[in-house]
Amino acid sequence: MGLMSASVSLSRFRVEGTLEPPVLETVEKGLKAHAISEFGDESVEKAVGWTSFHTPYRADFEDHGFVVGPHAVFSLRIDKKSVPAKVFQKSVAEASARRLAQSGRAYLSKSEKKMIKDEVSQQLIVRMPATPNVYDLVWNIEDKVLWFFSTLKSANEELESMFARSFQLTLIRLFPFTMADLTAGLSDAERDALTKLTPSKMTA
Amino acid sequence: MNMLDIAVSYNRYRFLGREFLTWLWYELETNANRAGSIDPEIASVEIGDRMVLENRGPAGLEVVTIKGDDPGLEEGLTALKKGALVSELTLLFKAAEHQWRLSLKGESLHITGLKVPKTGPVETEADMDGAVLEKVFLVERAVRLIEGLFSRFIRIRISDRWRAETVPAIQKWIGT
Repeated sequence: MGLMSASVSLSRFRVEGTLEPPVLETVEKGLKAHAISEFGDESVEKAVGWTSFHTPYRADFEDHGFVVGPHAVFSLRIDKKSVPAKVFQKSVAEASARRLAQSGRAYLSKSEKKMIKDEVSQQLIVRMPATPNVYDLVWNIEDKVLWFFSTLKSANEELESMFARSFQLTLIRLFPFTMADLTAGLSDAERDALTKLTPSKMTA
Repeated sequence: MNMLDIAVSYNRYRFLGREFLTWLWYELETNANRAGSIDPEIASVEIGDRMVLENRGPAGLEVVTIKGDDPGLEEGLTALKKGALVSELTLLFKAAEHQWRLSLKGESLHITGLKVPKTGPVETEADMDGAVLEKVFLVERAVRLIEGLFSRFIRIRISDRWRAETVPAIQKWIGT
């Protein structure tokens, strides 16, 4: 579900660190350096990278096309290959039967079974097309605020790691404590009081 | 703040989100116009069609989910009486003739299922940028409201007023 979907879900982040000027060129450079690439190595299960918000299946960051008003708007794409469990089971059974027939034995050893599973997994991964998942983000560079349009834990973790690699900036997830600590405008004394809080009993 | 601090603080202070949502329900029930001071154009903020309450007692976790067009919130009050706190709720707010709807999870304060007023039709690429800006503006309105409400809560929460006035008032409300 992206930014323009009828119903959106979002995680919010505070961006820590400073971009090297000129800022937009630095962002463009980071996006291009870590743009999603089509699977070069067909045996790889997952590819992660940035893509364009407007054209998610063709990463194009030329001419600051990612700039919309005061925001940088682009997307994180995670392409994943997965083998359906039943296809895997069938292929393993077939490969095991072939091995037994070749060896003339009645049983396979534990290590042979593992080797067959690994080989089958590799062969099937190569043949499977990758499923792309696109997650939009809106980054207000000046305000150091970023919205990521997914609350999926795995996608959020990929975002944090890809963002750090691309821009040398840290994303701080905003949840109750970090919102209070970083965005509520509290004084040092108030932030100190915040760290001493313990749960309250709401019933008499 | 390093990553370890973040993980630790997420777990150590996760009660804050549930206290916030419980306080918010109390605030909206006892003074529905408080949101007006955060965004003067917001005419009303109300509890929507879903609320989840959690009671983490010695007997384990008890979860109460209330949903429907006219949710029976007295069931929620009963759960509060037994020591539960609100862990998730749906909010509706209106500005002029427009309506926003969203769900808030206490633990993370993630905003989910956010529906904002419709943006204009998109026919050209220039329209798309305009529609994106409009959508961002509409989402921001919801984010700012939640941040404003949370900021108000946390200032009360860290003050002496919390123990002296707010908690007794909430306890009285739960008991009524």
